Amino acid sequence: MSLKPASDALDEGALRALVPRVLAALVRSGEDFDAAEDALQEALIEALRTWPEHPPRDPRAWLAAVARRRLVDARRSEAARRRREEEAPADPAPVPGAQPAGDDTLFLLFLCCHPELSPASQVALTLRAVGGLTTREIADAFYVPEATMAQRISRAKRALRGQRFERPGDLAVVLRVLYLIYAAGHADRVELTEEAIRLARQLTLATDEPEARGLLALMLLNHARLPARYDDAGRIVPLDRQDRSLWDEREIAEGVRVLQSALAVQTDERPPGRYQIEAAIAALHADAPSADETDWPQILSWYDELVALSADPVREDPAAVLGRAIAVGHALGSAAGLRETGRLRDVLGERHRWHAARGYLHALAGDPRAAAEAYSEAAGRATNVAERNHLVREAARLRSEARAAT
Amino acid sequence: MPKYLLLKRYRGGPEPHRPFPPMDQWDPKDVEAHLAFLRQVAETLTESGEYVDGQALTPSSSFVRYGGPDAAPVTTDGPHPETSDLIAGWMMVDVDSYERAAEIAAYISSEPGPGGEPLHEWIEVREVMEPGAPIEGA
Repeated sequence: MSLKPASDALDEGALRALVPRVLAALVRSGEDFDAAEDALQEALIEALRTWPEHPPRDPRAWLAAVARRRLVDARRSEAARRRREEEAPADPAPVPGAQPAGDDTLFLLFLCCHPELSPASQVALTLRAVGGLTTREIADAFYVPEATMAQRISRAKRALRGQRFERPGDLAVVLRVLYLIYAAGHADRVELTEEAIRLARQLTLATDEPEARGLLALMLLNHARLPARYDDAGRIVPLDRQDRSLWDEREIAEGVRVLQSALAVQTDERPPGRYQIEAAIAALHADAPSADETDWPQILSWYDELVALSADPVREDPAAVLGRAIAVGHALGSAAGLRETGRLRDVLGERHRWHAARGYLHALAGDPRAAAEAYSEAAGRATNVAERNHLVREAARLRSEARAAT
Repeated sequence: MPKYLLLKRYRGGPEPHRPFPPMDQWDPKDVEAHLAFLRQVAETLTESGEYVDGQALTPSSSFVRYGGPDAAPVTTDGPHPETSDLIAGWMMVDVDSYERAAEIAAYISSEPGPGGEPLHEWIEVREVMEPGAPIEGA
């Protein structure tokens, strides 16, 4: 009896990276996307079960062979299908690679992020067909029953039936879907944020589009700060109070490098898009040794560019105009920042983030009483438990500060 | 193993045993103690194998009904009168008896409030009807 060496442990990341390659090859060889994706999901679950004990010589060929067998089985009669569970898959000989990996990823991302699908379906299908996650894992990530998620995925695939796949898809939709996946990650279960980064990295290998690199940079720069964003009890720690020594320096350096390579190919005729701009703002925060040393004037100028991307930014991009108001408060003074939020009141005055921005700016202005009021209003409108608790804490803290001052 | 739904309210329910101000007006350390207690309740019930699920609800609420053929749904948005019933959140537990569910509810209601004093908040306890047909007649 011997302990298994660590190198024998199943590398799930490597296994899942094979999924888009195998799936793209099946679809390119004429298999129906819906059926091929189902068959590959079965092969994946089989691999997760058997590979730790019996690792295949060529994992990609194994997955393709088992998925093909499932497809053949699916076409057979009920009686034949009953037999399939009894046969263990043979270990097929290695096959030479066909398409470059990047092409497969892009091909499948365009498919899964088809503009006809709802965002929830795009996200679920992308995680399964490109990310190689199982239905159960995706269901767990979104806190829904597995049967619900399975149904969402099969409905999405039915909706894609008969769609022409060869024409180029909409990269902007793909980027948005990857960002949705990133943002759906939770502090206590970060798998989705890491999955989104992995997918964005794959995308940057498949396309030279600077916005794809902008998105990857944005994710890396935000993810680098995640260890400082929550304390041991799961409480939100705002940016200005974070322990910056907890930020992941290596990830910040990579994010900055990726961003620079994107910005380098931009010109006046082709200005940077929203992900590059947001990454630039994140990079400036990451670059400050302390909150007091933040380069707010430069952050404000990036916010000006971000806001300029929308025809009606107050309605189309409230996060940008509120972020800009905070930057105004730091760069030009809290009174100017509050005036800025005042202009947004008619449209955004019912949003919790508008009140939270007011609370922040009042506190910056040295008015803890008004800040506490604003944070109370924000807490009553929040839709996330951790955020609500944070806003309640800020209100309580500032109220006691105001009491102590009188 | 019956399941019980334990309900907390923003407003409504029996006359408060001990009225208290909203949490954002408490001393910060009382807020921390309260939130830590609630976190620990869920952990304790998970460890005892009794916790099923729990969610908090935002205070916004609207009522919606069928408007008739070819008509839009009829909606009444808040704010509702202060007297109306407003659920703040729920926790489902899977326990041996009603007595155990009541014990858990009372424990939740002992949550620390201003000055660390128990809130004595009313918790509504509702038994969940079992789905599916029973195999043997009771």
